[in-house]
Amino acid sequence: MGDREKLESLMKSTPARIGVGRAGVRPLTHTMLQFRKDHAAAVDAVYGEVDESILRQLGLFTVETCYGNKETYLKRPDLGRIITDEGMEVIRERCVKQPQIQIVVSDGLSADAITANILDVYPALLDSLRVHDLNPGTSFYVKGGRVACMDHIGEVLQPDALVLLIGERPGLVTARSMSAYMCYKPRKGTIESDRNVISNIHPGGTPPLEAAAHIGTMLRGMLERQTSGTNFY
Amino acid sequence: MLGQTYQFNSLKEILAKANEEKSGDQLAGIGAADARERIAAKFVLADLTLGEIRNDPLLPPEEDEVSRVIEENVDEAVYSGIRNWSVAELREYILSHKAGPGELERISSGMTSEMIAAVAKLMSNLDLITAASKLRTVTRCNTEIGQRGVLATRAQPNHPSDSIPGIVAALYEALSYGIGDAVIGINPVIDSAESVKAILSATKEVMDRWSIPTQNCVLAHVTTQMRAIEQGAPMDLLFQSLAGTEQGNKGFGVNIRLLDEADGLMRMKRASLGPNHWYFETGQGSELSSYAHFGIDQVTLESRCYGLARQYKPFLVNTVVGFIGPEYLYDSKQVIRAGLEDHFMGKLHGLPMGVDVCYTNHMQAEQNDMENLGVLLTSAGVNFLIGVAMADDCMLNYQSLSFHDLAALRETFGLHPAPAFEEWLVKMGIMADGRLTDAAGDPTLFMG
Repeated sequence: MGDREKLESLMKSTPARIGVGRAGVRPLTHTMLQFRKDHAAAVDAVYGEVDESILRQLGLFTVETCYGNKETYLKRPDLGRIITDEGMEVIRERCVKQPQIQIVVSDGLSADAITANILDVYPALLDSLRVHDLNPGTSFYVKGGRVACMDHIGEVLQPDALVLLIGERPGLVTARSMSAYMCYKPRKGTIESDRNVISNIHPGGTPPLEAAAHIGTMLRGMLERQTSGTNFY
Repeated sequence: MLGQTYQFNSLKEILAKANEEKSGDQLAGIGAADARERIAAKFVLADLTLGEIRNDPLLPPEEDEVSRVIEENVDEAVYSGIRNWSVAELREYILSHKAGPGELERISSGMTSEMIAAVAKLMSNLDLITAASKLRTVTRCNTEIGQRGVLATRAQPNHPSDSIPGIVAALYEALSYGIGDAVIGINPVIDSAESVKAILSATKEVMDRWSIPTQNCVLAHVTTQMRAIEQGAPMDLLFQSLAGTEQGNKGFGVNIRLLDEADGLMRMKRASLGPNHWYFETGQGSELSSYAHFGIDQVTLESRCYGLARQYKPFLVNTVVGFIGPEYLYDSKQVIRAGLEDHFMGKLHGLPMGVDVCYTNHMQAEQNDMENLGVLLTSAGVNFLIGVAMADDCMLNYQSLSFHDLAALRETFGLHPAPAFEEWLVKMGIMADGRLTDAAGDPTLFMG
């Protein structure tokens, strides 16, 4: 093996940024700029907004949590778990009560994750629910949501199971990764270990279509076994 | 004060409000309301005596085993000599020219972690650097680190699916920059004894093949590592995350009985020479994140972690200062402050203090801030820093310092790797005359 082949075989074995060379004790210019570019994408994902036209296209109306603004959202995770009073009124007015499955979409820590994946995942998820003979209620979008906003929504709509599609904390490998959190009868006082999650949903990770199929299977299982979380397996 | 009267009802409240601004104290609802109240609390704290702090336990020893360890380790003779000092006097003593390393080590043995936290709250950033730079803690596992003039490093060659070839490839890259003298430490994705054993065996094989004078570690849960060592895994260092309350440690799945048991097992079965065989990680905010903070501020709780850690005479301790997220440390200013506080408090506890200078992508921080903190900590005499390929940890999804950064800090400050490791680097042709050679930075060096 020549030196170049040796280096390439090492580089192929890991996504870590190795074999990058140096200028004295500092990185080469393009290596440094590539790193800065990936960080810029991650920061923009946190501070970005989900494209309104996508939400319209999917027929999702929007409610907000009590997060107020981005800074407060980041400092006070507790506020992202509560829907505003106005939001709750809208939900009560517009949503089917006690649905079998409630679908909720939220930006979470990456608006880009929703913009990049939801047009693939959402229709596929509806198909998957049909295949499993499950009836969804009225889906909507939560701006400024945290995972546990599931409990507040569950309390009011009383679904058998709820799935929250939410943007993950962005990394440098991808800033557009989405998670699907699922819970059987989420209510006030539900704990983290009652939820199940499929994470890393993006074209380079768990492909959106595969994820949608998997979510349907999981939700069917939750309804049959009447449980979720660590008890599910 | 400043046209306003402030009243503080407890030591807990004074300690919390005297902190520099931290989002975690605000989240807990215990931080100062504004800059004036913060300063008022600092004035009150400055006049409290060490005796008053000890006599008003934040978490009574009867109710918390971390408090018990801290209490039991106070040298009463030393304490009786300083009990009437105010926190202001303690600060001035620590900074005075008459307090050298020996004097500071002596008063350390007479102090509780709460006293050490108290004085940190009255110190500016440069105070924290000046004081910490007096202190050195030398520890020995297979090799010795912590000497004056040495900046040691942890190589952290993590892989998103624990692939052994991937871990080894990133390790080669680290070694080629002279990184890995403190430890070759991997955070595993899969917390199983088999996986821990496989990673330890792979890193040990590299160490043996190239006669590398360092130590290995896999940062799984302590019970997983205990099973791995029972199965014959070649383990030099045992790792565990610590919290500053019994309840917080319960959240990590550990207690003192378990740590004692693990300690005994290491004495019998460690692959290293010792005597130091522990590696602990801490970080402000972990107690609040597990609802185990009892209304105590995050600086004081962090100090209590060190009070627990020193019981086990660890080889390495580091705060993972920016990993926890913006709800505890909002921006680079808060991370830099916390890094300097933690390093100082750890050193004053007599610990071999390192720092994972790091941030997540939802914090108001970027790589330049980490480079700044790296420079500050190096000038403060930090024992070791953590290095990741180009600072990007592809498994934990956060950024630390890069191999380049650590090499640059050594070169800029005229510091060296641990002596035995530098000797090895010279033999390998990676370093000469205290600098990287032309051959450095090439991971294929280790493929021949």
